[in-house]
Amino acid sequence: MILKLAATAIALALGASAAYAEPVKVGMITTLSGGGAGLGVDARDGFMLAVKLSGSKDIEVITEDDAMKPELAVQIADKMIQSDKVDVLTGIIWSNLAMAVVPNAVAQGKFYLSPNAGPSPLAGAKCDKNYFNVAYQNDNFHEAAGNYAQTEGIKKMFILAPNYPAGTDSLNGFKRFYKGELVGELYTKLGQTDYAAEIAQIRASGADSVFFFLPGGMGIAFMKQYAQSGVTIPVMGPGFSFSQDVLGAIGDAALGAKNTASWSPDLDNAKNKEFVDAFKAEYNRIPSIYAAQAFDTGNLLISAASKASVKDADAFRAALAAAEFDSVRGKFKFNTNHHPIQDFYVREVIKNDEGVLTNKILAKTFTDHADAYAQDCKL
Amino acid sequence: MPTALIVEQLLNGVQFGIMLFLMAAGLTLIFGVMGLINLAHGSFYMVGAFACAAVAAATGSFWLGLVASLAAAAALGALVEVTVIRRLYARDHLDQVLATFALILILSEATRWLFGSFPLYLNIPPLLGGAVALPGGVQYPIYRLAIIVAGLAIGVGLYLLIAKTRLGMRIRAGESDREMIGALGVDIRTLYTVLFALGSALAGFAGAMVGALQSVQVGMGEPVLILAFVVIVIGGIGSIKGAFVGALVVGVTDTMGRVLLPPLLAAAIGPAQASGIGGALASMSIYIVMALILAFRPRGLFSAQG
Repeated sequence: MILKLAATAIALALGASAAYAEPVKVGMITTLSGGGAGLGVDARDGFMLAVKLSGSKDIEVITEDDAMKPELAVQIADKMIQSDKVDVLTGIIWSNLAMAVVPNAVAQGKFYLSPNAGPSPLAGAKCDKNYFNVAYQNDNFHEAAGNYAQTEGIKKMFILAPNYPAGTDSLNGFKRFYKGELVGELYTKLGQTDYAAEIAQIRASGADSVFFFLPGGMGIAFMKQYAQSGVTIPVMGPGFSFSQDVLGAIGDAALGAKNTASWSPDLDNAKNKEFVDAFKAEYNRIPSIYAAQAFDTGNLLISAASKASVKDADAFRAALAAAEFDSVRGKFKFNTNHHPIQDFYVREVIKNDEGVLTNKILAKTFTDHADAYAQDCKL
Repeated sequence: MPTALIVEQLLNGVQFGIMLFLMAAGLTLIFGVMGLINLAHGSFYMVGAFACAAVAAATGSFWLGLVASLAAAAALGALVEVTVIRRLYARDHLDQVLATFALILILSEATRWLFGSFPLYLNIPPLLGGAVALPGGVQYPIYRLAIIVAGLAIGVGLYLLIAKTRLGMRIRAGESDREMIGALGVDIRTLYTVLFALGSALAGFAGAMVGALQSVQVGMGEPVLILAFVVIVIGGIGSIKGAFVGALVVGVTDTMGRVLLPPLLAAAIGPAQASGIGGALASMSIYIVMALILAFRPRGLFSAQG
């Protein structure tokens, strides 16, 4: 009798856990070499930390380096879909690579979870039911910066960004909320390393403040050259221009710079404290926003995989859209176009107690902010 | 456009030109004297930058790093010449292109294996940090001025080497008639090795100086190499004077084009498109200038041959 009860109990337990045991194959395509490597390495590390902390044995991740080349990313995506038979793709940092890979991947019925790139076409007219952006829509951080510049009463702004989808999104977003005078608007070449000509134009412009969006190695080169140039106009930017991965290389020249982001290492909630402490223990460095977003992406995937099988596309999609996971940003919710509705903060670059450069939140600038393209999406 | 801005942009163009001169000088000597197309020249630029970054990080001194970059690039150049390049002199240009292209791949992967895929960052030494006020109300970064001064000094040094020393005499003779100096008893093999090492050292020095300004990463030499080829074609193969003038022409044209064309177009078509098209036109402008010069002077401005 007891043996029967025990056997039933074990069978039930095994049966219950079987619902959680559907393996999910994830293809991560991210930038692990070249000037943009800091972002991709952080994203990969954040995602893998989420998988490790969850203890889940069912997530299998294949990672490949796209070297910031769209043609390489497309090749890798094709290989992952056709030979490796992945269920979910993720990892792309750069919007030009995302535009090359995502539409094709979701058209073949694969899910794509973006831990970073949020180009505007994919939030609007080209949105897709299988595409989820866990990070942000490209314009958002820059809209927050424009809002901050406007509310601070800055009269003359000089703005610059690289000439690629995220760059044009950035300056459009800034201009959507900043209504003062633009004394300069420059688009530089993606991957450009020498900014002498641009800095000379900033010097001659008479601006009160400079807003620049130059992620990764581009921002490091720009800030280093700006610090040497003798130009004293204060700089500001979206969180990407002053993210943790570049602060070490820029050095003290970044101190005091204001930047806007949806997250900061000092954001006060339990999940974020757990994340920052675990990341520091595992990788011996403070996480950047790319790591935080990838961590959330991993947890979203794990939460969906525990509720539905990835082979049942409709159920899995519904589980993803419900977004029932603990985010390091506190509350988290998707809009109708599968992009987040979230708060934005103004941060300042400071030196922490250990003498390491990092960001600290000054104020909140947007509450429950949605992106500007949701109404164009047919979902 | 205010004068101070134009002066500053001209200085930027000159600084870019001087950096190209350092690359082109070595390339033109190697092509002029040895008749060798060396695509791996950009890799020596990269190796010099990495050597400087590694030594500067280990010792804390940028100056030691510079010395290391010269030494490392020269040593690697000599090694490559003795092992690989020596077999290519008698061969067709296409074989030389294939072999030196393979060298690029080998050196790039070796560097990636030794130093990893992340870019390295050098800091500008405090002595050369900050900006200085020039007459005319222009403020210019001291480090860029230092690059200009260093490049000019090297230019003068090369001129003295070529015009006033025995080695220079042999180099000039080799440019005119390679077979004849061999027949006259000059040790060609050592001359070629020394020349190749000299060219590589110049490229490594350029890489180290620019590395502190931007960043040090695998593949940083290839874009500069392409421009260096344009410079030596404009200036005339084998001529240091030609490399100098050609480099200044290319540097100033590229910088002023990037600066002047987008505002000119922005009024008509909006800033994003103007930047894209203006940037593309500015890159084209160098090649248009090259085509125009070749139309009138097919051998370049100061050709040493023929």
